[in-house]
Amino acid sequence: MNALKTILLRREMGILVVIILFCLAVGIVKPRFLALDNFRTMLMLVPLIMIVAMGQMLVIIARHVDLSVGSTLGFAAMMTALMFKTAPDIPWYLGFLVAIGIGAVLGFMNGLTVIVFRLPAIIVTLGTLYLYRGLTFIASGAKQIDRQFIPGPLKAMSANAPNFWFPWILIIALAVVLITYWFANHSRLGRQIYAIGSNPVAAPLRGIPVTAVTLTVFSISGALAGLAGIMYASRWGFVNPSNTGWGFEFQVIAAVVIGGVSINGGVGSVLGVVLGVLLLGCVSSALPLLGIPGTVQSAIYGLVIIVALVIDQSVRERGIQALTTARGART
Amino acid sequence: MTTEPMTSPSEPITPSVTDAAPARPLWQVILIRPVMMTVVLLILEPIVASIFWPQSIDLQYILSTFTLTAPLALMALVLTLVIISGEIDLSPASSMALTACVFAAVLQAGLPFPLAVVVCIGLGFVLGLFNAFLVVYLRLPSLIATIGTLTFYRGLAQVLAGDASIKFPEWYQGLNLVTVLGIPVPDLIVTLAAILLALLLSATIFGRQIYQTGTNEIAAQHAGIRTRLIKTALFVTLGVVSALAGMMFTSQLGTVRYDLGLGGELQMVLMAMLGGTYIFGGRGSILGTFLAAWLLSIMTNAMNTASWLPATQFCLLGVLLIVSIIITNFIYSRTQR
Repeated sequence: MNALKTILLRREMGILVVIILFCLAVGIVKPRFLALDNFRTMLMLVPLIMIVAMGQMLVIIARHVDLSVGSTLGFAAMMTALMFKTAPDIPWYLGFLVAIGIGAVLGFMNGLTVIVFRLPAIIVTLGTLYLYRGLTFIASGAKQIDRQFIPGPLKAMSANAPNFWFPWILIIALAVVLITYWFANHSRLGRQIYAIGSNPVAAPLRGIPVTAVTLTVFSISGALAGLAGIMYASRWGFVNPSNTGWGFEFQVIAAVVIGGVSINGGVGSVLGVVLGVLLLGCVSSALPLLGIPGTVQSAIYGLVIIVALVIDQSVRERGIQALTTARGART
Repeated sequence: MTTEPMTSPSEPITPSVTDAAPARPLWQVILIRPVMMTVVLLILEPIVASIFWPQSIDLQYILSTFTLTAPLALMALVLTLVIISGEIDLSPASSMALTACVFAAVLQAGLPFPLAVVVCIGLGFVLGLFNAFLVVYLRLPSLIATIGTLTFYRGLAQVLAGDASIKFPEWYQGLNLVTVLGIPVPDLIVTLAAILLALLLSATIFGRQIYQTGTNEIAAQHAGIRTRLIKTALFVTLGVVSALAGMMFTSQLGTVRYDLGLGGELQMVLMAMLGGTYIFGGRGSILGTFLAAWLLSIMTNAMNTASWLPATQFCLLGVLLIVSIIITNFIYSRTQR
């Protein structure tokens, strides 16, 4: 009974309930929404956001934020695509190394600026959001890399033809989620991220290498954005300097805050973020079915961010209240 | 500075002098402050530009192209006050787009002009109030909360206007072509606003209270300053000003689309930071932001004349943002405290 209660009272349950209610409501209006086909469509929408959201989650838990993920994604995708274009003989899987490496370097630069100059991450990454986007334009000469330059095997990874029923990019996303779960909950570094976010003053006093951990967190976020970059090339078959990853940061931040990651740091779970991403996926696959134009999407993302923030704040305040009353009862 | 006569360098100094840190020389107090960075750049930039692209440095040209920066500059001036009070607002560019779209829509629907203006400004008021509600009442961190409203307001504009652009009637267009003494009206508006806000900030009790709010909010509250009221007033003012900026901008462009001023938040924050406003609140000046706006406008001119890609320019602006915060923080940490 008690165990059931703890499960039911978890933050993640709320999101799950919202997802189920939403799907049922849409399913009643449009039964096609609950069909297997639509489920596949929805699953194809989420892998990119899922991967980037894992990195963003770690950054936000450490009480920072990374606004540059969309541009990092675009830059990594563009550099990899350019590599394929100029040297078609390069084995296609090397593209993954290149994209992840480039992403990690860009993320590392964000972290370095934040740490060395003690600046708010949000302003730094707002700057690099435009810097990296600009670099993407310069590197590509403002030209799109078309379908024929992306290697066939790479495109096949996200083809609808099932591979154990699922396409490869979904399996990669799942792997990233599982690794992040292990990393955040069972590795020393992962726990240190939570410690820094919960109390940035106490963390260094406990001997946590704050500089190294923060740099790692930003690098991971960048690397995952880079991975999402090459998967973008795989999924859509082209890389465009202005479209690829544009506005992606808002979707990712929306997914992460819906997932119950506190913007004040120290709180958040992989399961919550996964559900947050799935909820966004459900919403974006339901909109066209319901005949709602795509232009509404950005307003919904914005609204969702605000609502999630408000919920997070009220939960936090209630938590503090509960703590103080419990302490009062004991003494 | 002590007025005691100096006898010899080896003479022991009186304890009262060792207690206090030596006062900085006057020239340092005046010259080493973040605004000087803007001034130096503002002097340097035209010189560099006139060497490489002489055609971009022409007073009439500078004045007329500043009209394109003017709406953002207007908002950046108020944003400076918000940042000094210890908060930030990233949403004004989006609320400008939303109010402008509504303005165009109600004009097109046949509403008389004065009523349309009231609707537009009223909407700006509401948008600003909503930001204040999130930040002041619900106590959300303003950086993230206004990222939410940034997305939300522009999303609403997109819902309202779709991907089409709405045209304005002929008589409404061309505010930038109207000149007084050879100076386009938008430039005058920004200058006037800067003078008024500078007076407000430095010569009124309200202005000084803004600084105190940003320096230490809790101490300010203990001193009897109604910090929450001040912040609410600033957010609401910024909302109203963004509506005014939208009306100004659309008169110049003649049409409006949901992506009006897209990415403007970067330029506004950049103007404030480049002008030496301290990102953590409590310090900054209107003069700095005003000069930085001119600097950015002249720089954009030069880059356009040199036919740089817009993306390359964004690149430079991004770097400039980071570098200017680093320098500002450095100067503040060295000279004050």
